[in-house]
Amino acid sequence: MTFWLLLSVNSITFGALLFLLAAGFSLIFGLMRIPNLTHGSLFMLGAYFGATFVNGMLGAYFDFWLAALMAAALVAVFGAVIERFLLRQLPGQPLAQVLVTLGISFMVADLCLMAWGGDPIAVATPPGLTGFVRIGPMVFPLYRIAVIGIAIVVGVALWLLLDRTRIGAMIRAGVDDPDMARVVGIRVSGLFTMVFALGAALAAFAGIIGGPILTVYPGIDQYMLPLALVVVILGGSGSLLGSVVGSMVIGFLYNFGQALFPELAYFVLFLPMLLVLLLRPQGLFGRFIP
Amino acid sequence: MTARLAVFIIAIMALVTLPQWMHGVYYVNVASQILFYAVFALGLNVLAGYAGLVSLGHAGLFGISAYATGYMLNLGYSHSVAIATALSIGMVSMAIYAVLSLRATGIGFIMITLALGEIVWGLAYRWISITGGDNGINLHGRPEPFGIALTSPNAFYYAALIVFLIALAVMTVFVRSPLGAALMGTRDQPRRMTALGYHVWLIRFFACMLSGLLTSIAGILFVYYNQFISPQALDLTASAEVLLMVISGGAGTLLGPIVGSTLVVVVKSVVSGYIERWNFLLGAIFVAIVILMPEGLVPGTVRLWRAAFARRRPGPVVEATEKAS
Amino acid sequence: MSRKDTRTRNVTASGKAAASNKLTRRGFMAASAAGAAAAAFNFPTPALAQSAPFKLGLLTVKTGPLAQGGIQMEQGVITWLKAHDYKMAGRKVDFISADTGGKPAGTKTKAQELVERDKVDVILGPLAAFELLAITDYVRDHKIPTLSLAGADDITQRRPNPYFLRPSASSSQAMQPMGHYAATEMGKKKAISIDFDFAFGYEQQGGFQAAFEKDGGCVLNKLWAPLGTPDYTPYLAQMTGCDVICQGFAGSGPIAFMKQYANFGLKFPVVTGETGGDDALLHAFGDEAVGMINCAPYTLDLETDTNKKFAQAMVKNFNTVPGFYAAGLYVNCDIVDAGLKATDGKTDDKEKFMAALKAVKLKDTPRGPISFDHLGNVVGSFYIRRIEKAKNDYGLKLWNKTVKTYDNVSQFWTWPEKEFLSHPVYSRNYPALKKC
Repeated sequence: MTFWLLLSVNSITFGALLFLLAAGFSLIFGLMRIPNLTHGSLFMLGAYFGATFVNGMLGAYFDFWLAALMAAALVAVFGAVIERFLLRQLPGQPLAQVLVTLGISFMVADLCLMAWGGDPIAVATPPGLTGFVRIGPMVFPLYRIAVIGIAIVVGVALWLLLDRTRIGAMIRAGVDDPDMARVVGIRVSGLFTMVFALGAALAAFAGIIGGPILTVYPGIDQYMLPLALVVVILGGSGSLLGSVVGSMVIGFLYNFGQALFPELAYFVLFLPMLLVLLLRPQGLFGRFIP
Repeated sequence: MTARLAVFIIAIMALVTLPQWMHGVYYVNVASQILFYAVFALGLNVLAGYAGLVSLGHAGLFGISAYATGYMLNLGYSHSVAIATALSIGMVSMAIYAVLSLRATGIGFIMITLALGEIVWGLAYRWISITGGDNGINLHGRPEPFGIALTSPNAFYYAALIVFLIALAVMTVFVRSPLGAALMGTRDQPRRMTALGYHVWLIRFFACMLSGLLTSIAGILFVYYNQFISPQALDLTASAEVLLMVISGGAGTLLGPIVGSTLVVVVKSVVSGYIERWNFLLGAIFVAIVILMPEGLVPGTVRLWRAAFARRRPGPVVEATEKAS
Repeated sequence: MSRKDTRTRNVTASGKAAASNKLTRRGFMAASAAGAAAAAFNFPTPALAQSAPFKLGLLTVKTGPLAQGGIQMEQGVITWLKAHDYKMAGRKVDFISADTGGKPAGTKTKAQELVERDKVDVILGPLAAFELLAITDYVRDHKIPTLSLAGADDITQRRPNPYFLRPSASSSQAMQPMGHYAATEMGKKKAISIDFDFAFGYEQQGGFQAAFEKDGGCVLNKLWAPLGTPDYTPYLAQMTGCDVICQGFAGSGPIAFMKQYANFGLKFPVVTGETGGDDALLHAFGDEAVGMINCAPYTLDLETDTNKKFAQAMVKNFNTVPGFYAAGLYVNCDIVDAGLKATDGKTDDKEKFMAALKAVKLKDTPRGPISFDHLGNVVGSFYIRRIEKAKNDYGLKLWNKTVKTYDNVSQFWTWPEKEFLSHPVYSRNYPALKKC
């Protein structure tokens, strides 16, 4: 009983983390049609920046939440630079986009190794969230519950942004039909940079939020990237609801797959992605067929 | 025409005599690696270059034939049986890949092949009873075609060279054949091709099979060269790496994948001995290619060459730009 | 090409030593002076040495997820070389370090580079068992003495490689005394083990289980997590009904595992092996690791002058304390040096050189006295340590305190060799789980 309950709650936590990571990926993919293979690197970069601030590696110790915002802001700037100076030059060229995003991910991985060494770095859990919660027969770390709350807050904020603001309307129009959006006079250029920066910030934010749970180590970028991809394909790119559902499905499949069918753990993870691509290519809640 | 022929003959002579002038066994081995990676890249180029279908799961196919070879040999079968089985399994897998992924084009195709590649990798990684998981499969010995043992680096090099030249010849014939032209037509104008009565799906399927054949052959060469196969050879990074070979050299050209595989193998094995941050360098090279020569090294060089000598005559490497458009 | 090539490479190798200093954490600025010194030492001095330089190759991992241990390996070698003026048995040493990237195909390529291009006399490394498996036939065919700390038990057991020497420990070697200690001194009865899902993990846990059950314990369940997994919750959820947990993770694994283990309120004592309680990880652990018991072939707190000198040199050179990987490679150098002295610096007769290496017996290395069995595996001391709050040694917050020393431990533990080798190699399913 405890086993099922524990895994279920943890699936939601892991799903929440994946949502933070994948929501931005989904927007970028949906709006700009760019397979952004740097997304795992942005996650790792955020985690490393966050760890640096929180653990006082620069001499000063920062508050966890402040550090999270700073890391997200830094990576957002980095994302904006990538978009402005590289991806901007390559509209509608998936080959070149793949080449350049992979090239950047190689560079980021090596730079992180250079700057932070190969040692794993544990990010301190924010004070006040270090305890446990008792849910029925089991204890569950408070911080992991908090992650679910953070994801809900971010999710609602994103929904408000997309659904209630002018910018959100422009983004939605862009996702549905980029050419039409351009025709009706939406300045797609600035929008693209903004969405890419937002996606990068969300990935970095996910990195530092995940830090106290996962720790940061070289290679975590390559571990998280395929997970983000699966979520987006499953849920449908450009759809916020799709990201939520996709993250939850993958959260559950990941946890229960590892525990119940270890030999087929990755098979059960990627099979739904394949099935969705074949049977419903736009994803469960997607707005367009890639 | 004659200049092109001369360059071609010089290149062949250089390749054939390479073990004589290349000092040291190590470099001969590096050359062998370049050759089988070039075959792999030529295979992927059929799809990524000529068909406009970008696969990010080709390392999975490469790995399937490599694993099949190792598995059959460890069961005690002869080299010829192992190779034949590996090729058959590779082709069947490619057919499955093709049937599933040809439902989409563009980014959809990328994603389906990526999912397939990850599934194959996941099985190699976790289905330990068959694949040995992270420990991989060791195999012993190399085949002896016509009584010639391929154990020495030079012998293996020549075997890889012969396979490579055949693959290159096949590709040259293919891109000039009606089928090749039709394939490029499906890349550039799929609707028009359908309207003209071509069976677009079937043409793409044939392209997949050709790609799968070259990929499987490369996988078999890989496993015989390394005498070892493990999941790292078929992960997403490996798929990306071969795609980078194709794109960096110039997708949709004959020479591009060869130049690209040379670049990647040389940076990974030779340059990494001198430059500690070789991963960074490799990434930087890719980004630089996109900025400076977005079409790839070979077409980019041809473009610069033509710009420089435009008034005089077309350069001798014109055959590199085999684009139909 | 090749002759000139080698010259430039020597320079590069020493230049690389300098570069690698920079990538150690915190050592960013501090170590560059030391690196410059290394470069100065290693600079080829033509016409000075009478015999040709001795070529020492290292296969290590400096990029990717395994880089932590790999960087320590290189630091161990450089520390030895600096302490001995870049000389082994009077011969000048050319040190060539190669980064395999932690992938078997890369390991093979780099082994070829060292053997075929650089013509090394000895290979140190590689790091991981799967890397070793990829090159074991190759080094045997080329008769290159290889001293590695990689696991893969059978290479010194049922499928011995005559050109392979393991001066660190077989995968199961440290876990066997750990199992004994858990069953006897700790008085534990029921264990659950968790490890990465590959040979090193199977062999570690097989050793633990065999020794633990020999002394009356029982292993309830063995859990396997994929290498590099970030979240251990699916496995933590299965840890009930036992009185001790045995984990065998490496790299970032122990840090993340112990943190998550504590976060879920689990309180069973945790025991582990040389990688799980590595001294080099002490600075990364949080307080949740206090009380973890581990068994290792090297311990930072070994009170000998040799060890203190080594540890201080590591701190001075690289601003980091040595762990299992650095110490392992330092000891490897001790052995190569001793073997080379026994052959008067000659390496042309490979069989003779290999026999000399295997015959090396040292009384005083940083890990204590060691010798080899006839299969090329180490016989030496193994230390049971408990992680405690440090008394501010080397600036560490936590400290591995040795609580018991097992001397002269062989890879066969207390079983007779014949009996041990009659069993299959430890695997996922061997020894099988019993009803507890």
